[in-house]
Amino acid sequence: MQLTLWTYEGPTHVGAMRVAAAMDGVHYVLHAPQGDTYADLLFTMIERADRRPPVTYTTFAARDLGGDTAALFKTAVRDAYERFRPEVMLVGASCTGELIQDDPGGLARALGLPIPVIALDLPSYQRKENWAAAETFYALVRGLAVEAPRDEHGPSCNILGPTALGFRHRDDVREVRGLLERLGVRVNVVAPLGATPAALARLGEARFNVVLYPEIAGTAARYLQKRFGQPSTRTVPIGVAATRAFVDEVLALAGIAPDAAEPACNLPWYSRSVDATYLTGKRVLVFGDATHAIAAARVAASELGFDVVGLGSYSREFGRELREAALGYGLEALISDDSLEVEQRIAELRPDLVLGTQMERHVAKRLGIPCAVISAPVHVQDFPARYSPQMGFEGANVLFDSWVHPLMMGLEEHLLGMFREDDEFSPDAPASHLGAEAHSRSLEVAGVDAAAWAPEAERELRRVPVFVRGRARRNTEAYARDRGRALITVETLYEAKAHHAR
Amino acid sequence: MGGWRREPGRVSASLALTRSAAAGCAVAEQAPLRAAEAAPLHESEVAPLREGEIPPLREREVAPLRESDVTPLRERGQREVFCGLTGIVWLHRAMPDAFFLVVGSRTCAHLLQSAAGVMIFAEPRFATAIIEERDLAGRADMNDELDRVVTRLLERRPEIRLLFLVGSCPSEVIKLDLGRAAARLAQRTLPATRVLAYSGSGLETTFTQGEDACLAALVPELACSDSPALLVAGALPDVIEAQFRATFAALGIGQVHFLPPRRATALPPVGPHTRLLLAQPFLAETARLLEARGARRIAAAFPFGEEGTTAWFSAAAAAFGVQPDRRDAVLAPGQARARAAVGRQRERLAGRSVFLFPDSQLEIPFARFLSRELGMRLVEVGTPYLHRQHLAEELALLPAGTRLSEGQDVDRQLDRCRAARPDLVVCGLGLANPLEAEGITTKWSIELLFSPVHGYEQAGDLAGLFARPMLRRALLDGALAPAAPVAA
Repeated sequence: MQLTLWTYEGPTHVGAMRVAAAMDGVHYVLHAPQGDTYADLLFTMIERADRRPPVTYTTFAARDLGGDTAALFKTAVRDAYERFRPEVMLVGASCTGELIQDDPGGLARALGLPIPVIALDLPSYQRKENWAAAETFYALVRGLAVEAPRDEHGPSCNILGPTALGFRHRDDVREVRGLLERLGVRVNVVAPLGATPAALARLGEARFNVVLYPEIAGTAARYLQKRFGQPSTRTVPIGVAATRAFVDEVLALAGIAPDAAEPACNLPWYSRSVDATYLTGKRVLVFGDATHAIAAARVAASELGFDVVGLGSYSREFGRELREAALGYGLEALISDDSLEVEQRIAELRPDLVLGTQMERHVAKRLGIPCAVISAPVHVQDFPARYSPQMGFEGANVLFDSWVHPLMMGLEEHLLGMFREDDEFSPDAPASHLGAEAHSRSLEVAGVDAAAWAPEAERELRRVPVFVRGRARRNTEAYARDRGRALITVETLYEAKAHHAR
Repeated sequence: MGGWRREPGRVSASLALTRSAAAGCAVAEQAPLRAAEAAPLHESEVAPLREGEIPPLREREVAPLRESDVTPLRERGQREVFCGLTGIVWLHRAMPDAFFLVVGSRTCAHLLQSAAGVMIFAEPRFATAIIEERDLAGRADMNDELDRVVTRLLERRPEIRLLFLVGSCPSEVIKLDLGRAAARLAQRTLPATRVLAYSGSGLETTFTQGEDACLAALVPELACSDSPALLVAGALPDVIEAQFRATFAALGIGQVHFLPPRRATALPPVGPHTRLLLAQPFLAETARLLEARGARRIAAAFPFGEEGTTAWFSAAAAAFGVQPDRRDAVLAPGQARARAAVGRQRERLAGRSVFLFPDSQLEIPFARFLSRELGMRLVEVGTPYLHRQHLAEELALLPAGTRLSEGQDVDRQLDRCRAARPDLVVCGLGLANPLEAEGITTKWSIELLFSPVHGYEQAGDLAGLFARPMLRRALLDGALAPAAPVAA
């Protein structure tokens, strides 16, 4: 039993739903009690989907458990087929359905529907959402892809991995497809997002696969390599350097020479402009799914000149890759799906910037630390109305803006601090973009059972730029506490500063 | 047929009574929690509101629903509803010193996180003990595991005074006895922390029934009292509770208790001189257990809208012998404010049609409000369960021929809804955007549960919640033609 407050990943059937909901012509019948239908709102509310996810829940109740839940399941499958006429039916059970052991696959096959029925075996008590999305996609690919003539219309590839409820998947697909087409590589099939079962049947026509999200497409790509001999890209094109490496990889796989000029990208120049000098050595903590966390750390360190002080992920399946990446920054990777542990790490490290998920955004907000979101779990904010990819050259621009703007605000606050004695600026004004609550609370927490501040030391503290003032206060109090000093003077403040100087 | 309503049944002789040695009072043996099915099928005495008993009501524009009309469409099929765990989202706020530990699966944790919606990742007063493979395979003793989790939790949160172990679908299926686990844990945690158990499982509870099960679990803990008092049952926002207390005080009703109380350590007493007034229509089991403890239910319409609020307070006033002129004087200002506030929304809603999908069991009181105070036409009123006894006063106020449906087959219900093309659909979040995309205006129902909507001062807000989607559509239709979303 695991005590859990918040989860990074949902249950396995939600992973399957993300694949089913991304596609057309697929229907998923889920043996599940009524409450499990909450999952629909993830799609209709967070992603603002304009249709219900293609899922029928059997919604068995206590009174059914003594009776024939298997018959209930069969009726649900039959009715769903009649009503929705899908090209492929997925069947499976949620966590409760799994416990009653009705064998959805066997029951559905016994109905003899005139379409392929794919049974999903997604152990709810062992696995989680992303693993299940990968498994579902693999099951569909395995069940539907057939031998086909290769590259009839020139070098081509498939784009694999984007799903419903994915972090910027919609825009990444558009960006990467544009990039590939500019290179002269035809995109055969994008899947699962927007694909039909008929499209999956044609996967074998491509020369190679572009794996956008290894968490979701890795299993299927390995299968396609084995079955059709299709190689896959290894580089995830997040950041300028990775995008260039991705382009080289694609050209090699497609067997073609570069023909087009590289698209314009502002990140390299913006990062070199003197205005960005103050980004140097900003301490950054990165947490997200493995793909986004590893990529974000790389971009942060080598393209923005940040200092990566923490790197972690909830994707346990990618522990090896994470540990390797973390070693590159002299760090030990934090591999955990316990949000409290991540919160504690953020509080301990006090980074200048957090690149995380929505959970880290809330933690950072409470601690008064700037934050940008780089990874799922998604929130309605992660589906912006505008085009906002993470991948490719435009994606690099988006990363620059969305990671630097929270800090730019920090510089503004510094300027405000310089004018703090002017009547227009209250010396206690918290960082405007973090909300008034955050800042004052972060200071209060630090003040608990700390030494008293002499008035002149308190005045001196107020001259410290607001975005480091909290840290200065904490460091000074810790310094005073360690030395058993009851009163903090200006001397103490500067002794502590010298002590904590890196 | 005297008075307002048939008095609720006394403690049934068939209920086994046990003596609680500590409290020295009768406590009905707890029967297993069940849905509202315990209600009698037919209310034999359904009286319309009597003129003169309460301040004059708005003229009836429609004939009242006769008892013979109440034969709801009963459906069994896919139900698109939340399970009872969802109630934790508001219950934990109603009882700030209580903690809710769901014993369930990752799905339960994900549901709570998603239903909390705003995802404010603070450290909440609810959590999930996720059952894992090793628990199911017997490699770990589930009770030991639960003890370990609870110990860790209480170390972390020593301020918890009341811990609810909340059963889920998986814990029900594997027959994990949380009642026993709670008793065992309480031996260690008392007197600092009381431990109780209830089920929020979707196998047994739909959405608001989780609150019913939670409050029902508190009933055996209530002390015994012989003094006359009013007990208001149902979780209410602070602001509403304060308003209600003020009105009861003005009416001269002395002892007023609320269940749940603000502090879990201050549980209200109950006894033969307790009069029970339900503030929510979904408290079947709580009411049954309170009645078994001697409380007598005051039958009334629910305090939504001016009419419902007046009926509700008037029923309490009658039960406590408040003089009619005093009652009228106390209620008149609120009534006038509520009428004025509701009247401002009426223009937008009158004559429009509304279709309510089953969700919270609040649908029937809301339908009554929409029909009688806002002049809307009721196309269909769905409810997950129909408790005929508790809703008798509400049903009597619905227009004749109102189509009620109980239970759900969501695809068929959507077919009916699309065919009717109502002006407004009240439905859950899973259905709202898809219907909007089809050009049908919706009001998502969960907001009606999370917002303060009871009483006179909120009657206008309640009307506003229904009017805003209509206003919004009118505003946007003027400037923006509906556009298809950009394809991926």
